[in-house]
Amino acid sequence: MTLAAKLLRTWVLAQAGGEAHWLTQSLDRVASASQERDLYIFMGLAPRRLGKSDLALGADDLAAADAACPGWSPKGWSIDGAARVLALLTAPPTRAFADRFKDLRRTADVAEMIALYRGLPLYPEPDRLHFEVGEGLRSNIKAVFESIAHHNPFPRDHFDDHRWNQMILKALFVESRLASVVGLEARSNPDLARMLVDYAEERIAADRPVPEDLWIPLRPFHNTPGVAAILQREEAAP
Amino acid sequence: MMLIDPHAHMISRTTDDYQAMADAGVVALIEPAFWVGQPRTFVGTYVDYLSTIVGWERFRAGQFGIRHYCTVGLNSKEANNEELAEGVMDWLPRFALKEGVVAIGEIGYDEQTPLEDKYFRSQLELAEELNLPVMIHTPHRDKKRGTSRSMDVCEEHGIDPGMVIVDHNNEETVAETLQRGFWAGFSIYPSTKMGNARMVEILRQYGGERIIVDSACDWGISDCLGVAKTAQLALERGIPKETVQKVCYQNALDAYGQSGQMKEEDWLEPPAIDQRTLFEGNSILRGGREPHIEEPGDRRQRNLLIE
Ligand SMILES: [Zn+2]
Repeated sequence: MTLAAKLLRTWVLAQAGGEAHWLTQSLDRVASASQERDLYIFMGLAPRRLGKSDLALGADDLAAADAACPGWSPKGWSIDGAARVLALLTAPPTRAFADRFKDLRRTADVAEMIALYRGLPLYPEPDRLHFEVGEGLRSNIKAVFESIAHHNPFPRDHFDDHRWNQMILKALFVESRLASVVGLEARSNPDLARMLVDYAEERIAADRPVPEDLWIPLRPFHNTPGVAAILQREEAAP
Repeated sequence: MMLIDPHAHMISRTTDDYQAMADAGVVALIEPAFWVGQPRTFVGTYVDYLSTIVGWERFRAGQFGIRHYCTVGLNSKEANNEELAEGVMDWLPRFALKEGVVAIGEIGYDEQTPLEDKYFRSQLELAEELNLPVMIHTPHRDKKRGTSRSMDVCEEHGIDPGMVIVDHNNEETVAETLQRGFWAGFSIYPSTKMGNARMVEILRQYGGERIIVDSACDWGISDCLGVAKTAQLALERGIPKETVQKVCYQNALDAYGQSGQMKEEDWLEPPAIDQRTLFEGNSILRGGREPHIEEPGDRRQRNLLIE
């Protein structure tokens, strides 16, 4: 069991109350099952048995999470979501992880899909998950998009520039905060800077506000001509 | 008055309809899995449809402050495509426990063929295994016999009638449905099913016990305000408020609430996590405005500016 999985198990168990016994029994069954039916049933029952409240985590828990997986922050995770990711990490590798993930994602309800994507930094074979991640980024459900884009180090660690840039632009279009993207400044690049300048100019021309956090990924490029020009104009604006 | 529309195929409806329903006081609705008009010929299409009603449609409704629930099942028409039906039956157990799934349905008979009978029965068994209510679609043709037969089969399988909603009742079927202890659904659907003036007379005669009003609105000529307009007409024609409240709200909640997936708190005090992800909250209720019904034409023409 990975360190991250151990943490999840500790947190979920601590909050499971009267369902702790059900939880350990079900996870044992998932771990030893030769067929996936037990995993599917667990995914369905998790919120029914455990509820949907937030995980109660202290500063030391968050530090432990970051130590186990750099950049991972389970802040804002729900108990059922954490249990679902834990079950997925517990199931035996009877087939490729990416195939199993795909199967679960295809039939997921909204809360389940959010949980599956929040777990991205904890999964094996991350580079086989790109198609599935793309599907999540294309979702029109903002919370699903944000389960990848926000508080999740997976994009920073595994996206190429093209996908990264598209994610940032989509965040702007769906009015999602940029400041919550892990690696926002570090992963910025000249192409993105150009697109952000274009976007900001379009907003200004249409008399629409430019989101404050758009300037964060532009910081590293404040000396390039296009960026410098728009920054100057913005500063001069009333 | 808060309203529930426990049978509405929102996948076939527009955002305008969601807005109108919310304005008229609908706080929650149930979207039964059904025949979308065009037969599905691949299992995968059906799987994606079920994913849509447990996922996207739920989210879409939430943006209008309406709580969305659904039922999953293989409808009677498509039960006649055996290859498809077998495939769907393999997938159903995985959908039946999704969030907001309040019943297995709508299932039952269309042409009353042997294949329809086979899959109706196997789905009743699934409902029983997972302890879920059942929503029954009764046939348009040979209705009276088809309705009796649906109830016979439920009894044969030892299903508690209190867990079964028999939908699309009319004057001819209601007495038997109620007398046998099932919930009696009525779809206020122009031309083919029930009109709301007829519905009011049924309420006058039978009262409100175990009767449920829905719109069954779908891709056909139907009215997403079926429940709201019936409630209003019933009140105007002297049906007691308590009866109207039962048939347009409480009974649906009691019947489908047996799934454990539908609670009044869902729309009155939605949990924080849902408010962040799924449900924007009902501005009508929060603002304390009186629900009102307006014609679609009014809504479409009201705003000239498109921003
Ligand atoms: Zn229907």
